[in-house]
Amino acid sequence: MSDESESKPGLWGRFKKGLGKTRGQLAEGVGNLLLGEREIDDSVLEDLETSLLLTDVGVDATTQVMQELSQRVQRKELNNTRALHSALGGLLKDMLAPLAMPLSVAVDAKPCVIFFVGVNGAGKTTTIGKLANRLRNDGNEVMLAAGDTFRAAAVEQLQTWGERNNIPVVAQHQGADSASVVFDAVQSAQSRGVDVILADTAGRLQAKANLMEELSKIKRVVSRLDAQAPHEVILVLDAGIGQNAISQAKEFDAAVGVTGYVITKLDGSAKAGVIFAIAQQLPKPVYYVGIGEKIDDLQPFEPQVFVDALLAND
Amino acid sequence: MFESLSDRLTQTFRGITGKARLSEENISEALRDVRVALLEADVALPVVKDFIEQVKTRAMGQVVSAALNPGEEFVKVVQEELIHVMGDSNDGLNLQVAPPAVILMAGLQGAGKTTTVAKLAKLLKERDRKKVAVVSADVYRPAAIKQLQTLAKEVDALFIESSADEKPIDIAKRAVQTAKTQFADVLIVDTAGRLAVDEAMMGEIRSLHDFLKPAETLFVVDAMTGQDAANTAKAFNDALALTGVILAKADGDARGGAALSVRAITGKPIKFMGMGEKIEALEAFYPDRLASRILGMGDVLSLIEEAERKVDKKKAQRLAKKISRGKKFDLEDFRDQLEQMSNMGGISSMLDKLPGMGQLPPAAQAQIDDGAFKKMAVIIDSMTIQERQFPDLISGSRKKRIALGSGTGIPEINRLLKQHKQMQKMMKKVSKKGGMQRMMRGMQGLPGMKGGPGR
Ligand SMILES: Nc1nc2c(ncn2[C@@H]2O[C@H](COP(=O)(O)OP(=O)(O)OP(=O)(O)O)[C@@H](O)[C@H]2O)c(=O)[nH]1
Ligand SMILES: Nc1nc2c(ncn2[C@@H]2O[C@H](COP(=O)(O)OP(=O)(O)O)[C@@H](O)[C@H]2O)c(=O)[nH]1
Ligand SMILES: [Mg+2]
Ligand SMILES: [Mg+2]
Repeated sequence: MSDESESKPGLWGRFKKGLGKTRGQLAEGVGNLLLGEREIDDSVLEDLETSLLLTDVGVDATTQVMQELSQRVQRKELNNTRALHSALGGLLKDMLAPLAMPLSVAVDAKPCVIFFVGVNGAGKTTTIGKLANRLRNDGNEVMLAAGDTFRAAAVEQLQTWGERNNIPVVAQHQGADSASVVFDAVQSAQSRGVDVILADTAGRLQAKANLMEELSKIKRVVSRLDAQAPHEVILVLDAGIGQNAISQAKEFDAAVGVTGYVITKLDGSAKAGVIFAIAQQLPKPVYYVGIGEKIDDLQPFEPQVFVDALLAND
Repeated sequence: MFESLSDRLTQTFRGITGKARLSEENISEALRDVRVALLEADVALPVVKDFIEQVKTRAMGQVVSAALNPGEEFVKVVQEELIHVMGDSNDGLNLQVAPPAVILMAGLQGAGKTTTVAKLAKLLKERDRKKVAVVSADVYRPAAIKQLQTLAKEVDALFIESSADEKPIDIAKRAVQTAKTQFADVLIVDTAGRLAVDEAMMGEIRSLHDFLKPAETLFVVDAMTGQDAANTAKAFNDALALTGVILAKADGDARGGAALSVRAITGKPIKFMGMGEKIEALEAFYPDRLASRILGMGDVLSLIEEAERKVDKKKAQRLAKKISRGKKFDLEDFRDQLEQMSNMGGISSMLDKLPGMGQLPPAAQAQIDDGAFKKMAVIIDSMTIQERQFPDLISGSRKKRIALGSGTGIPEINRLLKQHKQMQKMMKKVSKKGGMQRMMRGMQGLPGMKGGPGR
């Protein structure tokens, strides 16, 4: 947020800088593992477990990782802390590898309709602003739909992102029917030959049945214009959220059929370790990660980089 | 994942019933259960570790009361300790300074600060009859100022203009002046969300704090936050000397362990909980309610106690026997059940004690009003014995007669019959699993009980 003039060279640097803060804790476990190839004893394993828990990996996924590693230690496949460290890195990477998949705009669809859903304050609107920029740079004609008709000034917030990207925003007044806004937008995109439409929705907690039903309704209404629409439903997950993210993934998927994730706010000290549990229970591509509030603070998800940065030790 | 900590603890203690004391060996496994439960509720690991130590010290040597088995006794210790750590309920706001008393909001991006400003303004206006002014020093997030302006209008608070071209510190200076000349009692200053690792932004809010010398500096934390709550709370508390915490978005299904982390790390009281997106959705903080929720078990113990005290044992046993023999749960039984529930202070007071139930939006709570149960009993009273035993007999003309007799309408009769069917289904499940406790928990599965209308 503060002006970072070093911006371009170090997008990942910024991510890692943030990660460095987590590494403060991770280093207690993982960092020490590197110190002079110590032998592996219980305290080493315990430290490792602590490190995983501290980054929201969760009890189940942590237990699983620890079991796997302990077995290899018992089988004498891992003889020192250095080997243990690289085995952990490999294991974590393997868990995330299937999620690395770029977002591809459905070319045959005119327009390709992408919904953004998630809990309140996750980063939906900001991600739309950033993604619009990317898609435009790739030569797409992009349009935004102000489907959040509930929150105060949500429409104006999206309109600002429209201006920044110099693209049209279809909007109605606050309190309007969200499904009808998105319907209008898709219809107008169809007639204008727009390539991609990014539809914002109001943040909602997944436990609220009626609000989840509202999402399903938007989907139903839009599919009347194009049976394939929405082509993508992106669930935006805040890196700071703990184990509740698993329930978010499940419930939003049940309501609207999530096709992929974006993890936001990875520039902070939270590390979204819960993604390992999500990778096991509801594996879907992580299209992007958000690493700041500026328009170019959106990066493809790279498990290699994600895990390396998590375990790195400068 | 287990259904509740008490389930698991009961399991753990199964082998050691009869022992009169909780000892180091017999509680070590139980402590592990508690550790897992707290971690799954997103309590930060360092806080979990300290807490476990405290519970251990307290639990050891605790004599098990005759009424409870060691498992239940242990749950009680855990719960009491958790309530203790969480602090007293609702400290309120301390605004006893020369006006305008400034409230400074702080927290991460998207936590719920701006919404909470409006909620606080409404509360102070309506409850305390204060003249409240609000101002936004969020010059970064698009339309952040407009968002506050819209909300200020809604709660009819004095909105002090600001613009994204201004420096936050200049906005603050001007706002204090305006608040003074307008004779505002309270000035609430909204700020941009910021990451604790962003040194420039933390510097900015520190200088706001230095200038404003707020009566209250409130840290707004999202109830869904994970382990990072500890890092962030520490950083904000170090930078700003917080005076209190507000737990936003507590109306969801998150277990809310972040509240415990923040409380333990900062030592500052949790003052309110945000219970919805609407501006009236701000509630006092109750440590017992949150403790139960973190443990994922509701106030099960007191529910059991109350049930034991108030339920007509004979009738309950008769019903249990009947159901376990595979007999049908007829309208007569339904009527008894309704009566038992109102004996226990009504269903709403029971639901309050169950996990996730206290968070029902008001509209949904209105649906489970106790008066409706009395009405239902009256409807059943207007039926013949045959109808009560064989509800399928109740045809259109019979419905008309029953409606007339009970002073209700056909839709109400239909609703009752539907609810009876649902209850019957639930009873079938209960008879398989057995136990009052199960049944209580089963109620969470009642259709329409999860979430509900409203935001
Ligand atoms: N540091 C950081 N902040 C982010 C990132 N993504 C979004 N934010 C901020 O998080 C806050 C909430 O973002 P929004 O895009 O408004 O989130 P939303 O999901 O649309 O929120 P609602 O519509 O209110 O539910 C804003 O202050 C954003 O600037 C990110 O990757 N990093
Ligand atoms: N369900 C729910 N949503 C909330 C609550 N408080 C705030 N929100 C929502 O969370 C999102 C972010 O809130 P906002 O006040 O803009 O957060 P800020 O960025 O910290 O100022 C908005 O969509 C709000 O409507 C709450 O207590 N419950
Ligand atoms: Mg939004
Ligand atoms: Mg705000």
